[in-house]
Amino acid sequence: RGVPYQTVTLIHQSMVKRLPEHVQVDDPAVVKRLAKKLERQQIPLRSDYGYKVSLFSHLHQYSRKAPLTQLLSIPSTVIHPSIVRLGLQYSQGIVAGSNARSVALLHAFKQVIRDYTTPPNEELSRDLVNKLKPYISFLNQCRPLSASMGNAIKYIKKEISNIPSQCKEEEAKTKLLTCIDRYIEEKIVLAAKAISKYAIEKISDGDVILVYGYSSLVNNILCEAFEKSRKFRVIVVDSRPRLEGREALRRLVQRGISCTYVLISALSYILPEVSKVFLGAHALLANGYVMSRVGTSQIALVARTYNVPVLVCCETYKFCERVQTDSFVSNELDDPDDLMVTRKGKTQLENWQDVSSLGLLNLVYDVTPPDFVDLVITDLGMIPCTSVPVVLRVKNLDQ
Amino acid sequence: LDETQVRQDPEVPSAVAAIRTLLEFLKRDQSETILGLRENLTQTIRRLEEADSSVAVSSGGELFLRFISLTSLEHPDLSQCKKVMVERGELFLKKISLSRSKVAKLCHTFIKDGAKILTHSSSRVVLKVLESAAADKKRFTVYVTESQPDSAGQMADKLQNLNIPVTVVLDAAVGYIMEKVDLVIVGAEGVVESGGIINKIGTYQLAVCSKAHNKPFYVVAESFKFVRLYPLNQQDVPERFKYKADTLKAVEDLAEEHPMIDYTPPSLITLLFTDLGVLTPSAVSDELIKLYL
Repeated sequence: RGVPYQTVTLIHQSMVKRLPEHVQVDDPAVVKRLAKKLERQQIPLRSDYGYKVSLFSHLHQYSRKAPLTQLLSIPSTVIHPSIVRLGLQYSQGIVAGSNARSVALLHAFKQVIRDYTTPPNEELSRDLVNKLKPYISFLNQCRPLSASMGNAIKYIKKEISNIPSQCKEEEAKTKLLTCIDRYIEEKIVLAAKAISKYAIEKISDGDVILVYGYSSLVNNILCEAFEKSRKFRVIVVDSRPRLEGREALRRLVQRGISCTYVLISALSYILPEVSKVFLGAHALLANGYVMSRVGTSQIALVARTYNVPVLVCCETYKFCERVQTDSFVSNELDDPDDLMVTRKGKTQLENWQDVSSLGLLNLVYDVTPPDFVDLVITDLGMIPCTSVPVVLRVKNLDQ
Repeated sequence: LDETQVRQDPEVPSAVAAIRTLLEFLKRDQSETILGLRENLTQTIRRLEEADSSVAVSSGGELFLRFISLTSLEHPDLSQCKKVMVERGELFLKKISLSRSKVAKLCHTFIKDGAKILTHSSSRVVLKVLESAAADKKRFTVYVTESQPDSAGQMADKLQNLNIPVTVVLDAAVGYIMEKVDLVIVGAEGVVESGGIINKIGTYQLAVCSKAHNKPFYVVAESFKFVRLYPLNQQDVPERFKYKADTLKAVEDLAEEHPMIDYTPPSLITLLFTDLGVLTPSAVSDELIKLYL
């Protein structure tokens, strides 16, 4: 039961597929098992906060005002300091966004590997993997792992266990560090360049492009297209409580791209003007569904009604073997206090906890069916949404 | 060379003629390096596209290049490499000449006795399919659209020669006739990555009408017509395919010209019959990934 996010998918064994623990919070037996495991790893258990809406009571809901680090002793003997820092950055929302979180994770792991020494009578390939397990549990407690982080962790564990036993420690460590650097370079940096190249073919002069929230990849594409002197304007759609669109807006305007900013409630008003919709993705599931920031499926639905093409941009390392058809089964609940808003000195919903029949729901992700998506641009090329399993199959053959 | 080939044998699709030309060129090519050879071939393909701007020539050329260049990594010696390339080229040509009969064999079973079929413009593959169905002693009637600007009268004549009852309808009468027909079969000039097709103008209308009446819309195409395009809508199809080659060279403002082809999205297509098998539109992308990756 190492990485909680990974479901066991050995098809040739008749094993019952176990649900990951973070979606079984309402089952007391599972919670007890998790508590025992964390106790063994000497990691504090983070407690849930506030009343949970019943449809989502199987998910964790944490408060940002109670970070996990308050329960740790500083300096922590169990957890490497860069991991503690990373966990804090995740839980406070300082590092946010799929690519940013994966890159930060990989850099933290690089530091861990640099500071690692093999204990006597142990092998690096086995011991290092065991050392990483409590770190991953800790990070999971701070903020549930994303699909991209899960894939990165799988890759690192595979690389570590493939280190031959005769390999000297220094050599093994440099090898691992170069592996990680290469992963970041290939799967994230170069993939972004390849995706921009394909995406720019789809941007013609006079286009009105709609983007939602802040996706590092989509921003990259728009800036590249602008450098290549394509004439287009951008409409940035934003939504509460995160208001991530403001960051996207700031970066685009700095480049000189003409932008319009609307909230998601004005979507059907501006869609008749739009010629294309570019969306980022958090993960692409094996049945072709796109998991992305909450609000994305709404945009895709309305765009389909207006016959506006919807293009999703996603690197292949975010492809996930999970299958999901709705947004309830596996999701993330953010701090419900974020929904409180202070205007003119008055804070609405200040005492929401006192009202017993009131629940605040702050969902993070939602799932878009493939019928609403016209095209997925990946570093392998432009594919329809239904071809994700083929790409996964081809990638598994490569490995 | 290409023009003469096409005129000699009107049964040969333009892509096959193009590939035959490329093979001849390969045999006569004098370059010293693999890179030079590839460059010459690419240039020839471009020149062929200028002469005949159909999608099939472009896709056939690209597939030929891909098929033979897989050898370039295996043999270090250029002359041996060229020999292997020519062999593979001949093999490729033989495979695709047989593809039309493979498609016909797969498709004619979907035509039931007493069926009324609607087709668009003149397609040699559809003709082959109807021929095999007729040879199988099935009785059916065919409606062919007039398909302006270059009318498809030839299709009606050929069908009459096979003793199949045929009626020519106006392009505008497609909606009127749709309730009478049982299925729609069309050919394709190109099959794109999304599973949609590029075909003679009027195909999109036909597809929309058949969807509205819930009639199956079948496409028959050989696998060398699979092309690496992904149009999002009609405007997204590249200009060089929309108009005839002479028009592209002669006319300055293409906005005044009538396009010769249109794009039918995969949501309107029921099944595609190819020599790789009977595919749903989403399976086309899987096949393309296997071919190109």
